[in-house]
Amino acid sequence: MIILNQSKLNPSNIQPSEITPREVFDNRRYFLKAAGFGLAAGSALLFSTKVRAAAAVSGGVTEGAGRLIGRANGPVVAEKMAFKAGTRQKISGYTKTAYGEGEKLSKYEDITTYNNYYEFGTGKADPAVQATLFRPRPWTISIEGAVKKAKTISIEDLLKLAPLEERIYRMRCVEGWSMVIPWVGLPLASFVKWAEPTGNAKYVEFISANDSLSMPGVRSPVLDWPYTEGLRMDEATNPLTLLAVGLYGEYLPNQNGAPVRLVMPWKYGFKGGKAIVKIRFVEKMPLTTWVKAGPSEYGFYANVNPNVDHPRWTQSSEKPIGGGLFGGRIKTKMFNGYSEQVAQMYAGLDLTKNF
Amino acid sequence: MAIKKQHIVFIKAAIWLLALLPLARLVWLGTHDDLSANPVEFVERSTGTWTLVFLLITLSMTPIRLLTGIVWQVQLRRMLGLWMFFYVCLHISTYVWLDYSFLWADIVKDIIKHPYVIVGFSAFLLTIPLAATSNSYMIKRLKTNWKKLHQLVYVIAILAILHFWWLVKKDVTEPFYYAAVLFVLLGIRLYYRYLHTKPAIKMRPTNAEMQTHQAK
Repeated sequence: MIILNQSKLNPSNIQPSEITPREVFDNRRYFLKAAGFGLAAGSALLFSTKVRAAAAVSGGVTEGAGRLIGRANGPVVAEKMAFKAGTRQKISGYTKTAYGEGEKLSKYEDITTYNNYYEFGTGKADPAVQATLFRPRPWTISIEGAVKKAKTISIEDLLKLAPLEERIYRMRCVEGWSMVIPWVGLPLASFVKWAEPTGNAKYVEFISANDSLSMPGVRSPVLDWPYTEGLRMDEATNPLTLLAVGLYGEYLPNQNGAPVRLVMPWKYGFKGGKAIVKIRFVEKMPLTTWVKAGPSEYGFYANVNPNVDHPRWTQSSEKPIGGGLFGGRIKTKMFNGYSEQVAQMYAGLDLTKNF
Repeated sequence: MAIKKQHIVFIKAAIWLLALLPLARLVWLGTHDDLSANPVEFVERSTGTWTLVFLLITLSMTPIRLLTGIVWQVQLRRMLGLWMFFYVCLHISTYVWLDYSFLWADIVKDIIKHPYVIVGFSAFLLTIPLAATSNSYMIKRLKTNWKKLHQLVYVIAILAILHFWWLVKKDVTEPFYYAAVLFVLLGIRLYYRYLHTKPAIKMRPTNAEMQTHQAK
């Protein structure tokens, strides 16, 4: 370890990913300035038309006076910070694919302000506001468990594992809403191949970042951190399964799971672990975060299934985001409409029990 | 503290305007495309929240009297209760119209299958007889039954809190605040009832005491 650290003292050994980006540096200074008047800014919320992110916390920031006071950084200030942080960075060199051709895309603004990402708060608008101090670079992922050799990979090397491609996928949340998102990423299958799992690898476990300094949500025990998700090996290597690094042709915004997250369009959204730091190949089915939180409500498979209801939400129909007040609902399709690509993996499996 | 009749009129007018603010805000945000990515959920949440707020304000008039001896605010209770009914009607309309587009089969299924919807819907149904009998004519006509009927508000309050609690996926912080307020409001009533009835019981001899007395 010491030897490694010393070698890093040599400037020529500093990886490009380790240099603090200008935006992040500026952002920190801005935060120090902003922290002082966060509360005052919060009070300007009630009739705001600009702060979409803050307004989206229905019954939260804008309606619960207690929560408003409890918030240290006013959302108005925080949004300015997000803008200043300037995380919108184009990805060069990815190819378009036929996936989702002709689908009507959800708006960038909706995709990036309506997020379930409890590491940054439990409100849908919280992540866009609270993820501004999160740093997706430098980033490494460690590969462990039933592999030929445990190793790590930097985000820069991960991006070179396979050609990046754009895929338009429908995303169905277990809460009964859906979006259509143009992801940029690479098939998880090419990563698995590179990781060289041994014959003992039956499942893959994905562990998300758990940094209480930059992820305020993990200071609360609302879930058993770190966020853990898992897939069966055949699900992991299914051609649909994507390691996403971007959306709308740009690197992922923090609130969408930067720098790298999972996307399985035939499963409910919560299966897609974000900000992945560790990938473990294991023999037994991993105990995933939401299964631990509510085993009667969330299963390991979590395949989109209109015929298996959830104790809280109707699963036979969904509300497409972007439809506005009068958009209504649409029928939910089996496997979110991806039966052709995935149904064969579950032949003979009782989906009512293995939900 | 005595308060003149014209003051009450003024206070009621002020409450009218204040009570319309949450709706005005929704209209404003709606016309400025600022109801978040999921506007229907936003309106459902907002009208539900304000229903709870008005319910709790209505329920706090009597505890204020008990704690301070001030009585005039009790005259506002009916009006506040009706504002709660106004927001619960908006809440239900949003659900039936904007969320489920009047697809009655889906609505019935949603109500039956999901515990939080059952309790919420039951609470709404119970508010209807209360709103319908909130006029002076019905108060006179129902006499003592009116009071009994309107004690349903406690059931409604508990169901409403359950509705919110069960709706939340994991983070129950917000419903907890509302539950705590309800707990305090009901606690004050129970405490004063206890204070009021305790000496009365003590003063009267119990049956056992009567019997020993007679035996002597």
